[in-house]
Amino acid sequence: MIANYGYEDGSGHYYIKIDTSKCAECSDKGCISACPEKLFVTELDDFDDEVVLIREDARNTLQTSCAQCKAGEEKELCAAACVAAAIGFSW
Amino acid sequence: MITAGIDCGSQNTKGVILKDGKLVAMALLPTEFDADLAAQGVYEQSMSKAGITKADVDRLVITGVGREIVKWGDTEINEVGAAARGARFVIPDTEIVIDMGADSCRVIRLNEDGSVMKYEVNDKCASGAGTFLEAMARALQVTTEQMGEFSLRHTKELATNAQCVVFAESEVISLIHAKETREDIAYGVHMGIANRIASMIRRVGLTDHFTMIGGPAFNKGLVSCMSKVFGREIKTPDNNQFISAIGAALFAAENQ
Amino acid sequence: MAEIEKIDYWRWTESNWKNPEIPDWHGKLITAGVDIGSTSTQAVILADGVPYAYSNMRTGSNSPDSAISAINWAMKDTGLTLEDLTYTIGTGYGRVNVPFSNKTVTEITCHARGGNYIYGPTVRTILDMGGQDCKAIHCDEKGTVTSFMMNDKCAAGTGRGMEVIANLLAVRVEDIGEMSFQIDEEPAPVSSTCVIFAKSEATKLMRNGWTKEKVLAAYCHAMALRVVRLLERNGMELDFAITGGIAKNIGVTRRIESIMGIKALVPTMDTQIAGALGAAIIAKEIVEKKRAKEAAL
Repeated sequence: MIANYGYEDGSGHYYIKIDTSKCAECSDKGCISACPEKLFVTELDDFDDEVVLIREDARNTLQTSCAQCKAGEEKELCAAACVAAAIGFSW
Repeated sequence: MITAGIDCGSQNTKGVILKDGKLVAMALLPTEFDADLAAQGVYEQSMSKAGITKADVDRLVITGVGREIVKWGDTEINEVGAAARGARFVIPDTEIVIDMGADSCRVIRLNEDGSVMKYEVNDKCASGAGTFLEAMARALQVTTEQMGEFSLRHTKELATNAQCVVFAESEVISLIHAKETREDIAYGVHMGIANRIASMIRRVGLTDHFTMIGGPAFNKGLVSCMSKVFGREIKTPDNNQFISAIGAALFAAENQ
Repeated sequence: MAEIEKIDYWRWTESNWKNPEIPDWHGKLITAGVDIGSTSTQAVILADGVPYAYSNMRTGSNSPDSAISAINWAMKDTGLTLEDLTYTIGTGYGRVNVPFSNKTVTEITCHARGGNYIYGPTVRTILDMGGQDCKAIHCDEKGTVTSFMMNDKCAAGTGRGMEVIANLLAVRVEDIGEMSFQIDEEPAPVSSTCVIFAKSEATKLMRNGWTKEKVLAAYCHAMALRVVRLLERNGMELDFAITGGIAKNIGVTRRIESIMGIKALVPTMDTQIAGALGAAIIAKEIVEKKRAKEAAL
């Protein structure tokens, strides 16, 4: 399943996509420590797999949270840390 | 030299007259969906208060969102330029201007000479502007002034989550049902909007001397929460609603 | 604009339903789902997987009380008590506050399952327009979620967004759809990114002499545009179906269809119960799995 966490408002759309089937197979969950804003947390999903998601109170401020990371030339820290290549972005 | 500035805001229209760089008259009228009529009204009123007529005015400059409609000035200036000039004029050591209107908010960073270094505008989301505060005050059944005073008397550091004015109204009502005090809810409301402005400030770069202008600047509770979030003192000049109109009138004097 | 306090224009009709084709629930597997949303709460009771009774009401100020009121209203005049519910699942924003539930499941999963029941195995894209959020969900033929995307930051595209215009124009929420088509020509939409700006624009249009019907058309058009953006961002795959309260508002749904050039499947029951229905179905699946395991031992 592709879970998209984020929002769209007048300034644009900001969604982080997580492919939960790929994420479920990974035991590292490297994204959690890689993100300086601590956006990622784990949970047992409805299919009883351990997957990551964006914490609820951070979903509607992604433009600000990710601004620093997005401003650089390199790949986003979370996507770079993800061995399962499960993380994507709508912007 | 006599110059005039009119700030056509979405909620209120403000007009000022400057004589040799000094503020001699000002007037305010609700815009009420007819920017042109309101602009004419404040112009007449401020000239009358200054004891002058149109012939005496050397130059008139229009600013504000209504300048798209009100085209009878000598020229116009955008809100960023007007706010920058006005704020520097009334508080000379201003480095960052927070200009909050009814529907939009601007954060402007100034160079030493007063020119604009960088700015951020939010005019896409009403939750970072005066409309948000009025809606919350209505939900609390108080005026915005009272909400400011209540907020200063908070005892608990209540946090609010809703980003949208419409959802925030529901959130305030739930907090009232949950028996939270108006003081704590007012504080939570102000902290919410202060955090939203904080992200704009981070984008222009945090420096020292803050000045806040625009209608909501009179809300002491809001200013206190913003001070807390940015970790800086925030000055609010008298006549906070008229500062951009003053900036427009100053611009009028510049280009002579 | 004078606000008429007597009638709450935003208040839609609460309802309670009993399946006339099931006279007696005894001997059947009774499972329940309760969906506590920020705006409305539904309780659905299934007898052997078939809808037996449900209730749909406004969420009160206290979530656990709302859950209890909802299930009690659904059980009213059936002879059922909480003890007769073999398994109950709580879902929705307030799902942890269903005191009598055995488990909680996210609303995305429940809406997909409920949508699959209401609309059948061909549905692949479900649009749920709730009270304070808007979700685009993709599912397979079994009603299992394959992707989702949600907006709960802005009121644009949500039930609360519709309530704002209902209050402004003193029109009942249930009448908005019909009225929005009583126009000569489809007007340009108001702001589709912010309900507050849309409301401001609507007020101005009223002052400029527009009829309520025309203003409603402009507003519904804006809401539809907002929702279409979400659907396109998540990807549209037919068949398409709509759940949630706003599914009953033809002012928005028909415009979504015409903007995207597609037709949504026609519902056979109240679209607001999709979440609670899905929860009750999942409850039944859990019980059956357990019983099959026990039988195998």
